[in-house]
Amino acid sequence: MRPKIARLGGVLAVGVALTVGLAACGGSDSGSTSGGGDSAAPTTLKIGFMGDLSGENSGIVIPPKNGAQLAIDEYNATNPKVKLELITYDSRADATTAVSLAQKAIKDDKIVGLVGPAFSGESKQAVPLLEEAKIPNISASATNVDLAKNGWKFWHRVVPNDGVQGPAIADFIAGAAAAKNVFVVDDKSEYGKGIGDAVRGELKTKGATVTDDALDPAATDYSSTVNKIAAAKPDAVFFGGYYAGAGKLLKQLRDKGSKAKFFSGDGSLDKGIIESAGAPQAEDALIGCPCRIPTPAETDEKVKKFAADYKAKFGADPLIYATEGYDAATAFTKAIGGGATTPDAINEAIGKSDFDGISKHIKFDPTGEPSAKSIYMYQIKGGQIGLLGDTTTAKLG
Amino acid sequence: MFDNLLGSFWPYTIDGLILGSIYGLVALGYTMVYGVLRLINFAHSEVFMIGTMASAFVVMTLGITAPLTGFALVGGLLLMVLAGGAASAGSAMLLERIAYRPLRKRGASRLAALISAIGASLFLQELFALVIIPHVFNRPQQGRNQMGIARIMNKDTLFTLGGAQIRVDQVLIFVAAIGMMILLDLLVNRTKIGRGIRATSQDPETAVLMGVDIDKIVRMTFLIGGLMAGIAGALFVLQFEVTKFSIGFLLGIKAFTAAVLGGIGNLRGALVGGLFLGLIENYGAAIFGSGWKDVIAFSVLVLVLMFRPTGILGESLQQARA
Repeated sequence: MRPKIARLGGVLAVGVALTVGLAACGGSDSGSTSGGGDSAAPTTLKIGFMGDLSGENSGIVIPPKNGAQLAIDEYNATNPKVKLELITYDSRADATTAVSLAQKAIKDDKIVGLVGPAFSGESKQAVPLLEEAKIPNISASATNVDLAKNGWKFWHRVVPNDGVQGPAIADFIAGAAAAKNVFVVDDKSEYGKGIGDAVRGELKTKGATVTDDALDPAATDYSSTVNKIAAAKPDAVFFGGYYAGAGKLLKQLRDKGSKAKFFSGDGSLDKGIIESAGAPQAEDALIGCPCRIPTPAETDEKVKKFAADYKAKFGADPLIYATEGYDAATAFTKAIGGGATTPDAINEAIGKSDFDGISKHIKFDPTGEPSAKSIYMYQIKGGQIGLLGDTTTAKLG
Repeated sequence: MFDNLLGSFWPYTIDGLILGSIYGLVALGYTMVYGVLRLINFAHSEVFMIGTMASAFVVMTLGITAPLTGFALVGGLLLMVLAGGAASAGSAMLLERIAYRPLRKRGASRLAALISAIGASLFLQELFALVIIPHVFNRPQQGRNQMGIARIMNKDTLFTLGGAQIRVDQVLIFVAAIGMMILLDLLVNRTKIGRGIRATSQDPETAVLMGVDIDKIVRMTFLIGGLMAGIAGALFVLQFEVTKFSIGFLLGIKAFTAAVLGGIGNLRGALVGGLFLGLIENYGAAIFGSGWKDVIAFSVLVLVLMFRPTGILGESLQQARA
């Protein structure tokens, strides 16, 4: 049996190597990696990016990957002593896949840091492995509150969590939108239920009447939920979940004749919501996000330059979490540019990060949470997602 | 708890019936193939998916930006239904030719055919996710994303019934679905082909001795089942205006449930089972919350099968005499 197994192992190894090779083809322009483990310090280090790059929610993961790629390419263009290479790991948002990819990244690719995992569910499963292997990781988009409560030393994120986002959106619903009767729907996912509950809790403290329901994001017919909403006649509807579900719900709600203001969180901040709902139905929908997306009417010079560079490189506008992906990768380039080359040293340097990123000022508290906690409100107008402003100051037109 | 259901009884009923009629149309394919071959065609959910894709492709190719009216609308709708029906019927027959007939000719067990069905189902899903959606629909790297489809007709309210607004498209879907089922019932009970289908399901060997061409009957069964699924796909696109590579999965399970609920092998059972399932789902969701929708639907299935193991109408295709 042995030779057979060995052969099988060989085939697998070749397969894996091919996959990695293909994945790495993405955009690294740095030369060869240092082959052997000889005495000289390696000249190229590997940084991973993990997230759903080809699945259903890849629309909110590809932009941060591109952002990270841009940061690393810009860093390499300065001809530093230690160059960086970005390796992508497509987890398809599946926790089991994320775990096996993390093992591969640690053991085979020997990454010194990881941008990601992108989502909360996969982070919960994969981060313990990174923690054990002492690999620093910074997520650009995982927003579940509990992630910061694990005592992880090597984990960070550059977005405020749902515990900040949910209440900020709820304050906006009760404040600027002046809604008294709110219907909250979630998609029962780790993220959707988390942010839905945060919104429910905050709305109740503001004295609003809250009715709730849940839906299955994989289903298409939401008529029972829509009928409940129609019967409750709310001023506003909040949906906790991702854009595919949000779009279908919004369309069926408008077709039923409901004119309630529609709100959702960062999971819905993608053009996919407009495509699924149809532009006329999506008009005026409001979406909160801890992310800072450059808009055409941008005034901040730094953000403007980032948007131009991004567009030149990838031929697309920087969408959700592109700036955060850039900032997460920048935390790595700054640490490594500052002379840290081992995962431990890099982690220590990241912990001391203190610089103005594109999305916000980047500084981490001891649990790995970002210090800056602004939540932004976006609104769909004429089939485009536009920035309305910071939730604490934005007004509804 | 019941206030919700009683307060909006009619809206829940109408929506349940519309969805139920689509379930019923898809269920026909499961039930007919089972009646004739004693095979659960698990790839039928993908036949439905192909129907939605073909109708979506029509809407896309027509370049519709605003809802159509008048003759243009009638033409557009007919084209959608034709494309959906043709694509689904074609793929169902191809499926029979490639995935089932070789096994049947070699006398393989039904279990082998079941595995073949699951394999075909996965193959078709991935084919759309990896090749057809990125290339034919020109959506590179988005093969697994949901596709929004432009609105082809205005969804105006036609009349109200007990607080439920009934829209044009809903009436259209319901009438079309029920009409197709009546036509099919007539076909099976009144024509020569239908007699062949009934004879084959009753006793294939005797049917052959009596001069029935079994291969032709099996082909016709898949063709009719596929046609119904394709029309269901077109109606689905009209109603929900979305599709994706895995759209058939959940709907396929529901339609299969509807077929079993009504009595698998029984054509009228598929309709009854579909409408019943659609209503139960919506009433259950109204009482316990939408999160419990599927739990309620499947609990009812278990209950019905406990007391009536052959389903609501019970009798099978062979006994359905005109």
